[in-house]
Amino acid sequence: MIILEHGPYAQMTSHAESIFPDECCGFIFGKEDKAGNRRITVLREVNNAKPGNKKRRFEINGLDYMQSEVYALDNDLELLGVYHSHPNHPAVPSEHDRVAAQPTFSYIIVSVMKGRIDHIRSWQLNEDTQFVEEFFSPELINQSI
Amino acid sequence: MATVIIPTPLRKFTNQTARLQVEAETVGDIIRLVTRDFPDLKKHLLDSDGTVRSFVNIFSGDEDIRDLQGEKTPVHSATIISIVPAIAGGLN
Repeated sequence: MIILEHGPYAQMTSHAESIFPDECCGFIFGKEDKAGNRRITVLREVNNAKPGNKKRRFEINGLDYMQSEVYALDNDLELLGVYHSHPNHPAVPSEHDRVAAQPTFSYIIVSVMKGRIDHIRSWQLNEDTQFVEEFFSPELINQSI
Repeated sequence: MATVIIPTPLRKFTNQTARLQVEAETVGDIIRLVTRDFPDLKKHLLDSDGTVRSFVNIFSGDEDIRDLQGEKTPVHSATIISIVPAIAGGLN
């Protein structure tokens, strides 16, 4: 299971809508418990570095990736995965997503239809490098208040 | 000794170690030593011919070694080497 706290959830959905019809992307940080449940407490937006058409592809440059690893180490967090949007398409990973996917990372996909969030799903690679859906649970209210 | 930062997705192959200290003269030496000590890393870092996979970028400091001297890039005791997986995707 992956739980997205209210702050990073709002940031991610806002990012996906604001950059529509292009694909947005970024990193998610938090903690994983012994049962494998992940809680995302911090999200970092990054530039979609894909040259040319960004409506169907995203790419994160190496420096952004490095900075995210260092951020996690410096702040006692785990870099747990990546989010990106699928403009006007469902939140199902493509073959392009699968080929470039990293083991252990969560891949949150935000479906944005006509500029509005439609649905969100999250995926992880299994041992056979195929995507398996993980239960995604956003915290829609700030439960810390 | 140079410091090597292992990316999160590959730490399960380094006993969850994030930073390794390696005594080496070049980036190529570092790759050979790290894959010798953690052989499960090899298939994720190297192609069958022993070259760094196209999906993997190696940085010395803030610079991609492909823009320096490749695997012959020299390292020093203060050098930080980062293994950076390519992150990409999108619609078919």
